[in-house]
Amino acid sequence: MTVAEPAALTGERPSLARFARPALGLALPVGLAIAWEIAVRMGFSDGRLVPPPSRIYQEFAELAAAGELQRHVIATVLRVVVGFGLGTAAGTLLGAIAGYSTIVRRLVDPSLQGLRAVPSIAWIPLFILWLGIFETSKVALIAVGVFFPIYLGVMGAILSVDRKIVEVGRVFRLSGAQMVRRILLPAVLPAYVIALRAGLGLGWMFVIAAEFMGASEGLGYLLIDGQQLGKPAEIVAAILAFAVLGKATDWLLSAAAAPFLRWEDRYGAKS
Amino acid sequence: MTLNISHVGKTYANLVRALDGISLDVAPGEIVAVVGGSGCGKSTLLRLVSGLDNPTQGNVALDGDQIVSPHEKIGIVFQEPRLLPWLTVADNVGFGLADRPKAERAERVARQLDRVGLADKANVWPRELSGGQAQRVAIARALIMRPEVLLLDEPFSALDAFTRVDLQDHLLDLWADGKPTLVVVTHDVDEAIVLADRVVVMRPQPGRVFAEIEIDLARPRDRQSAAYDFAKRRVMAALDRSLDRKATIDDRETKSDAGSALWW
Repeated sequence: MTVAEPAALTGERPSLARFARPALGLALPVGLAIAWEIAVRMGFSDGRLVPPPSRIYQEFAELAAAGELQRHVIATVLRVVVGFGLGTAAGTLLGAIAGYSTIVRRLVDPSLQGLRAVPSIAWIPLFILWLGIFETSKVALIAVGVFFPIYLGVMGAILSVDRKIVEVGRVFRLSGAQMVRRILLPAVLPAYVIALRAGLGLGWMFVIAAEFMGASEGLGYLLIDGQQLGKPAEIVAAILAFAVLGKATDWLLSAAAAPFLRWEDRYGAKS
Repeated sequence: MTLNISHVGKTYANLVRALDGISLDVAPGEIVAVVGGSGCGKSTLLRLVSGLDNPTQGNVALDGDQIVSPHEKIGIVFQEPRLLPWLTVADNVGFGLADRPKAERAERVARQLDRVGLADKANVWPRELSGGQAQRVAIARALIMRPEVLLLDEPFSALDAFTRVDLQDHLLDLWADGKPTLVVVTHDVDEAIVLADRVVVMRPQPGRVFAEIEIDLARPRDRQSAAYDFAKRRVMAALDRSLDRKATIDDRETKSDAGSALWW
């Protein structure tokens, strides 16, 4: 999947292009970080509110040495994984049923669209009353955030499956279940992967909201802790951890789906 | 297996009458071509025979068995190949054999692919095929089910002239294997005469059978022979009359191959 574009398109040698492109993307953030580091070292700023990279690195090292970093990361990842799993299961199931059955869609979809209009954070007080202040309410909030993009993605994808392809299934006299497994599911898979990635992104967003509402561990707790104790390096370290984890899980999801999507014939696909 | 179409009519929900009083009996192994101006309901007729749609009047029966939904003995090839893009060519061809043992499926798929000359494409994705190759895979996917009736809806109309002639000959060659009944809808008069034992000319609004013309020529048919030209002239004349034109020259057909230009 790392095959470079043809040399004629990029105007570069393929071997060069392979390294040149990521390097170009890194130039801006790395350049800014180095510039800031130099500025602080030379005394242009004390770097107290905007810590230079060396201080952030030091913060990371200290948190990791104390085992704190691992503890917070594990707590947050666990919440996201459980919430994402529940939201995905519910969103996929309901989305598939609503996409397949017109009656169910007419019955359920308007209510769900109504609920979708509620900003998910607004559920926090209710969830705390219903589910307590511990893990259950946090996981529930994440699951709600993940549910909607996946529900919409699955339903929309099923509704837009090419009628001509469905007819092929009818000609071969597939039963309802066979039609779903052999025609509809493979046809919606590309859109489903996109929906999953959108859901995962929202999962990471909502885990912070959930952890803001009162947690004793987790990266969100680290953010609040850094704010209350006036430790900007800790805040930036937590933000960086979020960035790395978010990107890594998104990459894992894409990589896991890639073998099932090799057939795709689309703009931007790498063969 | 005889295919009986009796007094079939189709009126759509918007009250458009697509077909009216179509009756047609097709004998086992016969090749019937259905031609007609655009909008005369030829594709609608084929969909009724396939069981994908149901008539609003009359009925379609295969050996007395009324067709109300797709039937295992009736295969169809559409104007587009309609291959499933997520399956390899071999898996597309074997799509209807999912309930058979793996060994039997593999063996039949290999044989059928070989038969359509695409044995070397077994493991490629449909997106890598040319239009003609993809349509051959679609034909293989239908034929592997050993249908008694194979319906073809303008199967070669999207292909260039050379590929089209090639595939017409190829289709006849495949037909000779099991001699299924073929019903071919086409707007290409040459295609109808090369393939068919009988050409059914339809008339539009609402679609009705206007004329039936027997093509009593030995196969393989020589597209340049006088007898071929004569048959073609009869079909063209019937088509002209079906559209209420008095044997005027129909410029729709000038794009077909060189042989057709000779007689006018």
